[in-house]
Amino acid sequence: MKHLSRLLVALMFAGTLPAHAALKVLATTPDWGALTTELGGDRVNVYVATSAMQDVHRVEARPSLVARARSADLIVATGAELEVGWLPVLIRESGNSRIRPGAAGYFEAASVLKLLEAPSKVDRAMGDIHPQGNPHVQLDPRNIAIVAHALTAKLSALEPAQAAYYATRGKDFDARWSAAIQRWEAKAAPLKGVNVVIMHRDQVYLCHWLGLNEVASIEPKPGVPPTASYLGQLVNKLAGTPPRFILLNAYNDAKPANWLSARVHAPAVVLPFSVGGSPGAKDLFGLFDDTLDKLLAAK
Amino acid sequence: MLRIWPVAALMLSLMPVVSAAADDVGALRAELQALKDEYGARVDALEARIQELEADSGAPAATANPSAFNPSISLVLGGSYTNTSRDPETWNIAGFPSSGGEVGPGERSFNLGESELTFAANIDPYFAGQLTAAITGENEIEVEEAFVRTTALPQGFTGKLGRFFSGVGYLNEVHAHAWDFADQPLVYQAMFGGQSRQDGAQVKWLAPTDLFIEFGAEVGAGDSFPATRDDGNGLNTTAVFAHLGGDVGDYTSWRAGLSRIDSSAVAREGGIADASGAPLFETFTGDSHTWVVDGVLKWAPSPRRQLKLQGEYMRREETGEVFDGGGVRLADDYRGTHSGWYLQSVYQFAPRWRVGARYDSLDSGTPRYSLAPDGLLSQDPDRLSLMLDWNPSEFSRLRAQYDWDDARDDGDTDRVFRLQYLYGIGAHGAHKY
Repeated sequence: MKHLSRLLVALMFAGTLPAHAALKVLATTPDWGALTTELGGDRVNVYVATSAMQDVHRVEARPSLVARARSADLIVATGAELEVGWLPVLIRESGNSRIRPGAAGYFEAASVLKLLEAPSKVDRAMGDIHPQGNPHVQLDPRNIAIVAHALTAKLSALEPAQAAYYATRGKDFDARWSAAIQRWEAKAAPLKGVNVVIMHRDQVYLCHWLGLNEVASIEPKPGVPPTASYLGQLVNKLAGTPPRFILLNAYNDAKPANWLSARVHAPAVVLPFSVGGSPGAKDLFGLFDDTLDKLLAAK
Repeated sequence: MLRIWPVAALMLSLMPVVSAAADDVGALRAELQALKDEYGARVDALEARIQELEADSGAPAATANPSAFNPSISLVLGGSYTNTSRDPETWNIAGFPSSGGEVGPGERSFNLGESELTFAANIDPYFAGQLTAAITGENEIEVEEAFVRTTALPQGFTGKLGRFFSGVGYLNEVHAHAWDFADQPLVYQAMFGGQSRQDGAQVKWLAPTDLFIEFGAEVGAGDSFPATRDDGNGLNTTAVFAHLGGDVGDYTSWRAGLSRIDSSAVAREGGIADASGAPLFETFTGDSHTWVVDGVLKWAPSPRRQLKLQGEYMRREETGEVFDGGGVRLADDYRGTHSGWYLQSVYQFAPRWRVGARYDSLDSGTPRYSLAPDGLLSQDPDRLSLMLDWNPSEFSRLRAQYDWDDARDDGDTDRVFRLQYLYGIGAHGAHKY
């Protein structure tokens, strides 16, 4: 019993220990995890809550995530209600007041971005819509640059003594990222104006950035899977504006896209969507390299 | 005239400057360019700062709207059509004292279920509050949960005060609309009358480890079976629990728990009947000690498929005095051990479809009670349930469930068929694991 109580006391204060240890960061998606690692280097210890093969709308507040949230110094989330089904439970169950929304240890990418498709009215009859706008922001690299800037400021605010370190890394990333964006935009120039069919509204930012022309979406409404009759109508509708290709993400069900692909004679291109979504998408740079390679190869 | 001199002197004194500058226009231009560059950089920095500030402010500031602080509201609408082969009035769990709660298959034909109304919001920087009221088909409003919880305790502690579902076991805290079957497992119905609820206080502590380790303790007045309130100042239910959990690989997660509930009852109604249905006693005054072992495993290899396996075992010991219908204490004291378990599995085989099976088994044990002949009281009720549900969206669910129900343990199986609907409106719910 004596040993047990000692163990308990030791465990209780384990969380308060060294201030010089790396910041513990819980990132909700692999992309924010990769960005935090780029910006924080070895000053951050990043745990990523989801993988590219998961649908971030539908994740559970698993015990392992609650345990990570308990000790986290910072949550890096997308926001705009993307994680509404599980992140509030995670934060509540963790009992960690430092990472509550509004606290110093809570960061939302959406809060520093201008979101596309913010609805003028919200009604669940419209499907899985997000009142603040489309939260799938990571496939426009210019968004990543803005989030990187704000995240650097957040990391410096959490560890003022390391502000110079974060500023240096932030500048370095910014330079490399700006150069990469220029390279990607030059490379992707032939994609401008190309007709595409998207799967879910999570490819909207990619289309917006590259100037791809979205002619239809396989989901009739966000989060609503297509019916056979809807797909049939889609084939007719697309006869007028034939798509060059159909975009889908690594985690999507490929069946409707493949069905449509055979009928409208356009290849279905599986994009990594998130870091880890394909062997090439090892980090944020790889994510865009691989996405563009796949698009250009299909074109 | 004299006034011209200073001007002339000034002009004269400027002459060398002008000539010097004229000599070195290039240098001046460079200086100007440097100045321009510096200001350019400053303007850029200012612009960036403005952008940052604009971005920081995000959405436009909330206007002075008195309803801006309204709590989030969500409402669950539910109901069912029930078809039973035997009269639901005769339903009981053989060999177990009646737990009084919402047990059994319910009434036949169409039934309006509980409409569950939840209000929740942060109260201040330190507390959050929640009320869940169930509006029943019988036009009654029942407070299911009404509690405040702490939000700012340090070191992984959280506290709850009010009425809440106890943290024991796995299913106990889960609200009815989130169950995987239309009703609770028999063991929950027999041991807790459905769900163990506290009017009291709870404290939980989560360990700062990568493995999920949680401890909790509760005290309460004893509102829910097997406890009863009495006229004293005491705490008729206390509970302690521990949960462990984690991941195995990328797709599998688990949680396991051990709980103990100690409760005391005074003149608790609902005795035990013998095989002929004749009551051996009517009321009970004594102590109950219940152990709960729970475990759940989830395997989610893709966003569209998930397998969930869960089971719980409970064992309750009761010792105390028993009384007949007239309140006269019977000569012999009572000591009984009841136990039971369930095992269930639910598989989501398509994005909108889930199928499930559940098996319930109970053992009434053989109470040490000399007024009853040996063996007479030992009963083994069991039940098998199959379930199929269709979920058009996160907010709607239609379910069919078929039970082969031997809770009465009299050799005549009750075949129960249920169609159930559940719809959620309002704030997006977020469910516990």
